[in-house]
Amino acid sequence: MTAHINPKKLIKGATGDWEVIIGLEIHAQVNSSAKLFSGSSTGFGAEPNSHVSLVDAAMPGMLPVINEECVAQAIRTGLGLNAKIHLRSVFDRKNYFYPDLPQGYQISQYKDPIVGEGKILVDVGPDETIEVGIERLHLEQDAGKSIHDLDPRNSFVDLNRSGVALMEIVSKPDLRSSEEAKAYVSKMRTILRYLGTCDGDMEKGNLRADVNVSVRKPGEPLGTRCEIKNVNSIRFIGQAIEYEARRQIGILEDGGAIDQETRLYDPGKGETRSMRSKEEAHDYRYFPDPDLLPLEFDQAYVDRLKAALPELPDVKKARFIADYGLSPYDAMVLTLEHESADFFEAVAKGRDGKASANWIINELFGRLNKEGILISASPVSADLLGVVIDRIADGTISGKMAKDLFDIIWRTNADPEAKTGRLNTREDIDVLIEATGMKQVTDTGEIEKLVDDIIAANPDKAEQARSKPGMLGWFVGQVMKSSGGKANPAAVSDLLKAKIGLE
Amino acid sequence: MSVDQATVRRIARLARIAVDDAAVPHLQGEINAILGFVEQLNEVDVSGVPPMTSVTPMRMKKRADIVNDGGDAARILANAPAREDDFFVVPKVVE
Repeated sequence: MTAHINPKKLIKGATGDWEVIIGLEIHAQVNSSAKLFSGSSTGFGAEPNSHVSLVDAAMPGMLPVINEECVAQAIRTGLGLNAKIHLRSVFDRKNYFYPDLPQGYQISQYKDPIVGEGKILVDVGPDETIEVGIERLHLEQDAGKSIHDLDPRNSFVDLNRSGVALMEIVSKPDLRSSEEAKAYVSKMRTILRYLGTCDGDMEKGNLRADVNVSVRKPGEPLGTRCEIKNVNSIRFIGQAIEYEARRQIGILEDGGAIDQETRLYDPGKGETRSMRSKEEAHDYRYFPDPDLLPLEFDQAYVDRLKAALPELPDVKKARFIADYGLSPYDAMVLTLEHESADFFEAVAKGRDGKASANWIINELFGRLNKEGILISASPVSADLLGVVIDRIADGTISGKMAKDLFDIIWRTNADPEAKTGRLNTREDIDVLIEATGMKQVTDTGEIEKLVDDIIAANPDKAEQARSKPGMLGWFVGQVMKSSGGKANPAAVSDLLKAKIGLE
Repeated sequence: MSVDQATVRRIARLARIAVDDAAVPHLQGEINAILGFVEQLNEVDVSGVPPMTSVTPMRMKKRADIVNDGGDAARILANAPAREDDFFVVPKVVE
């Protein structure tokens, strides 16, 4: 455990450096149409209690029947986490009392989860990749939702979520900073979205995390941990860890001790606070659910699911580096979402990979982020971006003009009123280039005339340039200016060198 | 194995069953009698015997991922002691 102490990740305290130890339990809602043990819908945002069957409401005598797709999704996820799939697992009852849990227990998996140990690689920054161990993944039911702010004296309960399938993914305590924890959740989200087993929508609560934090002096045994419950954004996970680690260090440095407890993160105040102490809350009295037989399947079933898995982000990233010559960082950025990766491959097909990557990362992502548009709805399609890149490559337009062209295409296609004027094809773009007079002048005759004029007008500077080749830049600038920015800079430079007599 | 009176009270509280103090000694006796009865099972050596989950070998029944239930809030709420629109209403529970 002391293997990877990175001095840069330690937190400075009054009595020396502290190491933060973080483990996460991620609750990921399984992508399925129906719930884990009933036939009611998992759809979000429906009228209260409209997606509830008598099983979900725990009416007496109702029996759970497992949704096979949820099992398949858990297995796919396990495979994506390079984890051991257990061909036999058991459902247990986790007993606790809360109004949004009508059964009085959650059906979960305790001693025998469907997925065992695994590991994933996490990029923490451009130059750092860590391996994070997965302890287990199990299937369980979500609870209903209590709403506390509609009435001063009462809570309102909506059971639409009750019984929706969750995957609880437990990491090993392998994370050593808030950055690592954030990168881990982000990578987990990417993997789940590639697999299609969870949509990863944190705003809807479809991916949330319980964060276990403890601190210690490097090399010492693990400290007492606190669990921060139900954090629902990657940014808040980072903030909660930073606050909690410093809170614990403060207590320890003042000679105090950490109480093992459950805490809540308050994003408004930027602090964690203790949940009202429930000393019996952890007495869950697990036992095997007598309503459910053990969950069993054979290896052939797992193999079939494995054969149908999509290409996963790490493999795709490696392929982008090998096949398109991308830097590891660019490849990572492009593979964060499979929609981005697909877009890139559509653009890069038959074109320069690096140029395609640059255009997507710098221009397209920048614009999409700025305007809050998803890549699937990009006003500039992969085909059109490809045409822009082609026209730079064949010298029709300059890089600068290409940016203007990109902007025009974006604004034209993003305007919902301008249906008739939409730009859709290669021809549309070429017509646009002609119409806007954007075309770069590559005709050497035309450029030659401009070059001659400038040299003739500045004989003294031309003389200087012969002994001082740095002057050439000034001439290129003058020619570009007189061409209205349309001359091809490379052609201008070549001609100037020849005319002035350099080389 | 036997339980003391504090454990009896705790089990009652976890199960949300009201037990007045007068009933505790009686319940303690009953629970301990049951535990004593179950303890006889320890006389049998079951090491290496897997837990039995069914009398005849059978696999768990599974359902297809099809929505075929729900959409009837009236039926779900029919027994609710208190409701507001289609929500259940319970005494305030908030952390």
